[in-house]
Amino acid sequence: MATSEVINLTTVKRDPTFVDRLTPAGRLLSRCIQCGTCTASCPAAPAMDLTPRQMWRLAQLGFQDQVLHSKAMWLCSLCYICHVRCPRGIPLTETIVKLKQLALQEGIGEWRESTAFYRAFSDVMRRYGRMREIEFMVRYFLATNPLAALGYAKLGLTLLGRGKAHLELPRLGGEGRLDRLFERVAELEGQR
Amino acid sequence: MRYLFYPGCSAEGSALEYGTSTLAVLEVLGAEVEELQDWTCCGASVASTMSDLLGLVLPARNLALVEQSGNGREMLAVCSACYTNFRRTAAAIVSQPRLLDTINQALEVEGLTYHGTVQARHLLDVLANDFDLEAIAARVQRPLAGLTVAPYYGCQTVRPYSPFDDDQRPTSMVGILEALGATVHRHNYEASCCGTSLLTTKPDVGLQMVGAILEACEPADCIVTVCPMCHMNLDSYQDKVSRLLGRPLRIPVLFLPQLMGLAFGLPESALMLRRHVVPVSPVLAQLPES
Repeated sequence: MATSEVINLTTVKRDPTFVDRLTPAGRLLSRCIQCGTCTASCPAAPAMDLTPRQMWRLAQLGFQDQVLHSKAMWLCSLCYICHVRCPRGIPLTETIVKLKQLALQEGIGEWRESTAFYRAFSDVMRRYGRMREIEFMVRYFLATNPLAALGYAKLGLTLLGRGKAHLELPRLGGEGRLDRLFERVAELEGQR
Repeated sequence: MRYLFYPGCSAEGSALEYGTSTLAVLEVLGAEVEELQDWTCCGASVASTMSDLLGLVLPARNLALVEQSGNGREMLAVCSACYTNFRRTAAAIVSQPRLLDTINQALEVEGLTYHGTVQARHLLDVLANDFDLEAIAARVQRPLAGLTVAPYYGCQTVRPYSPFDDDQRPTSMVGILEALGATVHRHNYEASCCGTSLLTTKPDVGLQMVGAILEACEPADCIVTVCPMCHMNLDSYQDKVSRLLGRPLRIPVLFLPQLMGLAFGLPESALMLRRHVVPVSPVLAQLPES
């Protein structure tokens, strides 16, 4: 959604319980006074389709689709500057994490270059218990745009040459190091 | 000083030089450091994005290991994202005591129980606050006189769970750098964000963020950092940033313990300076012979 787009309040679908789904941090969003300190502080705000301030207002009003389909949350690098500067004490950064979580759960298809990052990272973490940087990058580029990997080829070779990156064969079969822990967490989350 | 060391994935991979130089410098300072056995990934920024509970359980698994084998030793983390995850988990357990029970139901499959007693320390906190500046200065064999250093703290090193420095205008590195004999170049991007994974997922935005930091540091001879993610972004993307800015930009980026090790006269095997993308040789050329 472009920032200049007009939202017709009488026709757009709203979910007044949206803020409750952002618990625990999101409930505090009702405190937001739209001062814009978050937007002014955010190093990525100029590239966002919704500024942080606009995003919080839409969330307050229950415009779930506009928020969850926006690119804004995927530009957050969790630097916590909005969190420490918010004069209303709202944990904004962690609320953005919650928004990303909902967008992933709902399988929102836009911004695949970001959502695939989380899935690839999580898969490698679960399999080996620790990150394997090269395998993670290979999985990520295969899931998004293998051609984009070419833009990183020169850097990749430099990193290999300096010993900063290592090629390891992926281990495909068998139980992953953290499979049982991931499964137990999923069970427990299902119960709650 | 006794610490149980949690290297995290980067410090045994792309940032091996950070973990290695950390151990070498702490040894020179007389600290006793042992690596935590059987540690696993803290979850980075990913676990909590997949699920609330996973984002607490992955850090808690390591906290439980420290609790079990710590024997009064503090947990030492060198990566600011690991540090933030451990601190965030500790804070969540304090504010919602029932969480500990749920976390333990998950940790059961790993044969672990956590009682909520561990508080992770960041390497910068340890270096700045557990050792006197005199003790650091006393170890200097090759003063960094004439070297201007731009400190870069990054974001999660100092916020929001970090109690040891100002969360927007940190100063922890100043005393250490001066004790090494260096001149400190203060700038406005010391605690700004390096862009983390944006360099991969949204490179156009990430490169702007890295570019702003590099430009602010340009008057210095080198940048010094205390986070493997910051280092990767500032060191590896200078070619791309130069293309974006339309002018060449090249400034070596060192980890703080590497710079301390240089001043302490430690060998290349302990510092691994040759691993960096931007060569550190101009910095070395400026120092007096050891």
